[in-house]
Amino acid sequence: MLASYASPLERLWHYALRAICGLVVVFLMLPILVIAPLSFNSDSFLLYPMSGFSLRWYQEFLTSPAWQQAFVNSCIVSPFATILAMLLGTPAAVGLTRMDFPGKALLTAILISPMVVPVVIVGVATYLVFAPIGLSGSYLGLILVHAALGVPFVVTTVSATLQGFDFNLVRAAASLGANPLTTFFRVTLPLVAPGVISGGLFAFGTSFDEVVVTLFLAGPEQTTLPRQMFSGIRENISPTIAAVATILTVLSTLMLITLEWLRRRGERLRSAAR
Amino acid sequence: MTDFTATLPATLAVEAPISLKAQLRRAERLKKLKFGALIVPLALFLLLTFVWPIAALLKRSVDNPEVVAAFPDTCALLRQWDGQALPDDAVYASFAGEVDRIKGTPVLASAAKRLNMELPGFRTLMMRTAKAMPVAINGSARAALIDADERWGEVATWQYLARNASPYTARYLLASVDRKYDDFGNIVAADDDEAIYVKVLTRTFGMSAVVTAVCLLLGFPLAYMMATQPAKIANTLLIFVLLPFWTSILVRVAAWIVLLQTEGLVNQALMGLGITDHPLQLVFNSTGVYIAMVHILLPFMILPLYSVMKGISPTYVRAALSLGCPPFRSFWKVYFPQALPGVGAGCLLVFILCMGYYITPALLGSPKEQMASYFVAFYTNQTINWGMAAALSAILFVATLALYMVYTRLVGSSTPAVR
Repeated sequence: MLASYASPLERLWHYALRAICGLVVVFLMLPILVIAPLSFNSDSFLLYPMSGFSLRWYQEFLTSPAWQQAFVNSCIVSPFATILAMLLGTPAAVGLTRMDFPGKALLTAILISPMVVPVVIVGVATYLVFAPIGLSGSYLGLILVHAALGVPFVVTTVSATLQGFDFNLVRAAASLGANPLTTFFRVTLPLVAPGVISGGLFAFGTSFDEVVVTLFLAGPEQTTLPRQMFSGIRENISPTIAAVATILTVLSTLMLITLEWLRRRGERLRSAAR
Repeated sequence: MTDFTATLPATLAVEAPISLKAQLRRAERLKKLKFGALIVPLALFLLLTFVWPIAALLKRSVDNPEVVAAFPDTCALLRQWDGQALPDDAVYASFAGEVDRIKGTPVLASAAKRLNMELPGFRTLMMRTAKAMPVAINGSARAALIDADERWGEVATWQYLARNASPYTARYLLASVDRKYDDFGNIVAADDDEAIYVKVLTRTFGMSAVVTAVCLLLGFPLAYMMATQPAKIANTLLIFVLLPFWTSILVRVAAWIVLLQTEGLVNQALMGLGITDHPLQLVFNSTGVYIAMVHILLPFMILPLYSVMKGISPTYVRAALSLGCPPFRSFWKVYFPQALPGVGAGCLLVFILCMGYYITPALLGSPKEQMASYFVAFYTNQTINWGMAAALSAILFVATLALYMVYTRLVGSSTPAVR
């Protein structure tokens, strides 16, 4: 709030800050807002002003065998990679939170490192090692590496959720006679589920948008949606790309909304518990 | 014994008393094992799909297998050779025998290719030599080799062979910092036409630094705004940051091409405003790369900044103001130092991620903007030179690791992007 006794310089600064923030927000949102309308353009140029409304580029996306194959491949690779990342990451996060041992910081850093190591290195390295054992050009190889890239997100989000988790609840369940398995499914899991799901969404987003590892590791049969977009942008950027981009943006918006909802639900529960 | 006592009620276990302390220790140990077991699957998984491949790649940067594989016995002999005078007859005989044995196989071809890298012309030398083999029965191997090509009578030729008689070489790592071995095995500056990597690495770090600085300049005000406004406005602003963050990188790259192309909206706007009278080249050059990189990495700056700034109590600045400190001075002296951890975390994160970028420069830049990642990919896909790909990866990897370690020191090992 601007105080009524603010000096002119303060006033200027007050509005300048708002103007800068406005420009930054425009910068952030502009590309997303610009590409969606062009996917409904009736002619084949990605230019404003648009010449008319048409769904032909969506039709092209839905009927072109290459795009269809790419979409199917993405729908095979990403869910499996996500499930694998969740299955491996969730227990590891529990272990890391409940246990203290020398070298824990180092182990955590290693478990999270797939997030920071340049993807090109990961792509080239896995290609080098996977090709001789027949894992390059296979779905399995791609799923494994995508899972490795997604795991850090699961570990960090679940760990963050567990930070606020009251382990007395587990003790209470045990003292009331529940066995560890029942305790896990009836007490622990419902409470950390939002963290697991957010982690899973992050892992899914990572895999669904992954192109560099796919460039090196996937054969022509495993071309994923981003990989297909990559060649599309490189060769000749057409409104079909804009149509795919719009679909992907809608998808990521849905994911973001889910995440926000989970986060707010978590905050509400936490404040209610206090 | 312990199993037996454990099944008895505590009152009956007096005969074999285990101190409470020991029992507690055992329970603690068991608990540790149980929780440790939860981490093992992930650790093993990452070992196989991540750590091992990277270790294998990094090892490739010092591997030198071709010559040793082709001439194992000769290499063993050459390792004992003093390198001063021509090697003795045993070396000639062993070499002639080994060339004859692998004549016409890919083993010889790859050894010849490898030696040709060291000394242009070595490939033809090897092929000519192979044609002249085998040595006539009772003939001298030395005479036969020198007869096939007189270069076998020169010490320098053997020195090149001897230098590659070891299964490891620093050649690729040296080449990636524009150094090479000269004829005498000293490390010298590489020839001008090969000395491109220092430039590539400087460009990689330089571009990362510029992108980081611009991200900080743009991100700081917005993060400050988000942290100081009421929750409702802050949440709306957060959505504007998170939505691009969640949008596919390829979607954003495509959108920037559309925006920045010659007839694109940005050029239309610039010409409409009278800033320029002809369309500017904004994409497929450094401008396009910088704009898209800043756009992609800006959320990675804003989110850690915001999470730190959210925790800064406004009372400190208020106290400074009420004590008569001018607004800008109190911001700089009181607020900014508290935000520094966020600034550090954001800058490191952006810099680390920027350093490894491949797609954005590959799609939006010209050959002049390509960074280290591009050359790693180039050597893997185009020329299949694993040594160079691995050496450049090693440099990139070490730089990333060093900065990542600073980063974990600064913020702990959790990621600020995930909140």
